[in-house]
Amino acid sequence: MYRYDEFDERLVRERVAQFASQVARRIDGSLTDAEFLPLRLKNGLYLQLHSYMLRIAIPYGTLHARQLRQLARIADEYDRGYGHFTTRTNLQFNWSKLKDVPTVLGLLADVEMHCIQTSGNCIRNVTADQFAGVAYDEIEDPRPIAELIRQWSTLHPEFEWLGRKFKIAVSGATHDRAVVKSHDLGVRIVRDAKSGAAGYEILVGGGLGRTPLAAQVLREFLPREDLLAYLEATLRVYNLDGRRDNKYKARIKILVHEIGIEAFRALVEEEFARIDKARVNADPQEQARIAAYFAPPAYQDLPEVSRKLEEAQIRDPELARFVEHNLFRHKRRGYTAVTISLKPIGGTPGDMSSEQMRVVADLAEKYSFDELRVTHAQNLVLPYVRLDDVAEVYAALKAHDLATANVGQITDIIACPGLDYCSLATARSIPIAQALSKHFADPEKQKEIGEVSIKISGCINACGHHHVGNIGILGLEKKGVESYQITIGGDPSETYALGELLGPGLPAEYVPEAIDKVIAVYLAERQQGETFIEAYRRLGLDPFKAAFKEIADVVA
Amino acid sequence: MAAVKRPPFPVILVANDLLEGEVVFASEDGWSRDPRHAKVALDEAAAQALETFAAREFLHAKVVGAALVDVELRDGAPVPRHIREAIRASGPSTRPDLGKQADFQI
Repeated sequence: MYRYDEFDERLVRERVAQFASQVARRIDGSLTDAEFLPLRLKNGLYLQLHSYMLRIAIPYGTLHARQLRQLARIADEYDRGYGHFTTRTNLQFNWSKLKDVPTVLGLLADVEMHCIQTSGNCIRNVTADQFAGVAYDEIEDPRPIAELIRQWSTLHPEFEWLGRKFKIAVSGATHDRAVVKSHDLGVRIVRDAKSGAAGYEILVGGGLGRTPLAAQVLREFLPREDLLAYLEATLRVYNLDGRRDNKYKARIKILVHEIGIEAFRALVEEEFARIDKARVNADPQEQARIAAYFAPPAYQDLPEVSRKLEEAQIRDPELARFVEHNLFRHKRRGYTAVTISLKPIGGTPGDMSSEQMRVVADLAEKYSFDELRVTHAQNLVLPYVRLDDVAEVYAALKAHDLATANVGQITDIIACPGLDYCSLATARSIPIAQALSKHFADPEKQKEIGEVSIKISGCINACGHHHVGNIGILGLEKKGVESYQITIGGDPSETYALGELLGPGLPAEYVPEAIDKVIAVYLAERQQGETFIEAYRRLGLDPFKAAFKEIADVVA
Repeated sequence: MAAVKRPPFPVILVANDLLEGEVVFASEDGWSRDPRHAKVALDEAAAQALETFAAREFLHAKVVGAALVDVELRDGAPVPRHIREAIRASGPSTRPDLGKQADFQI
């Protein structure tokens, strides 16, 4: 895992001192609220419904045990004993006090963490496949380039005040687990069809929110040495040509959409041809230095199969269920990546108590080479667990309500904080997630339904990724009352699709019944081995719409 | 900072404390953390007085985001009509152990 060098360390410490001074000047009145607002946002500090909220960057979702332990300490000493993992693999504290924030930033800096660029109109935290470096289907570990992009984009003087926020995701595998096409810019590691050399496919102009658009291919194959120069050319075109007259039309997706991908590509290629590549591209030595931090850990030579785990599963059907759902195929023999579901039945998706953080930090130290990952689906991952150790890890997780065996199942629901916390929200998300989680709690029922994703957002900004949920739920306000629109057919993966609306919005209490109807259509119509999304693609929207109408008619 | 659009009466004045971030309510005696202590304005003159207070407190960097919120009176205590403000005056609906609902046993 990457460790700060002297430059990283100095930069983060300087920013803490700078923000401490800005807070002091705000408190003594020498900075007005209008002057202070963009400064606090640049440091991840929002004002939400109940309090300030601090958003902490977890670059490409990778965490050390000691970092998680420090987050637990902050949760206990400066917040309310818990944190919330988000779809951008950040961590949010919901009860921050302005006067404490400089101290908290100092504590974060002690463990090489910060809140820089987690908000505001700049390049945000770079996200990645949570199984980077360990996935069986990986061409190459994307973390070295994620780190390179992090360094390049951190306080980049040209891109500090973009027209709007800018989100980048990277993936190095054949399957897309990083929702690449929902990002302003996506980098996929690919192999050149002719030479076999690894390079990058660059995608641009994706995004959810009020104008959901899928990212399009900007460059099919970019040689690896040109990555930063090409990103710089792309950002420069956006920065100069993107709209600034209307906040809602200021994302790069609107520019790409308005002028067309061909015209946008021509502008980028023209800029790329002009750019001083030697100045912008990373020094190969520096790239090698970064890559060395992501070298595989000291794996043991283990057999493919663990007798110990197999026998334990025979004795314990709950462990067997956990193994079936929460383990991911590792590239290294005898190892697995264990997903820790932060979706206990009836819980708040993505919330984790300080006590749970400490337990998981201990497990990472003992069983996973000190490392953890945060997933965009608001779960955690222990990326390097020996199959022989899974039963012990499971037992420790179970003792702290962290062993829910539902990854990828209908109760593994993504939900934004919604109107329970967020000042932008139009409706609550968490109670809907909780109701659905309880509704589908039965493990046998979940198994029968199989792989399906529910994603819930409490407003059109779509932090809960509802557009790409197999089942998406969007909370709106209709005449002062919460109302929920349901879409189906969304897909965040390499077979990316935006969901389609089933019908009019429903009151909260009708949502579980409506989802039941949708699932019933699938269960009745599916063919052998067909998942929900596969059945939807074959059947089309109509049968689902007809079933939904039965509920909508009752409500109307 | 005066509220841009005045909601129907009765109204209370709600803001966030600058230092703490906590939701506070204008009371007879400065700001209160307890929504039940909010001063209820029943007419134009009372609402204007709250707005003047809000503008001064904002200028003096005591609070941010001050705005008038329409309420109904339940057992004599003001309760915001709109769900957003009701949650703000109470706490997360999914965490009864947090926020005003917990602090003041509302």
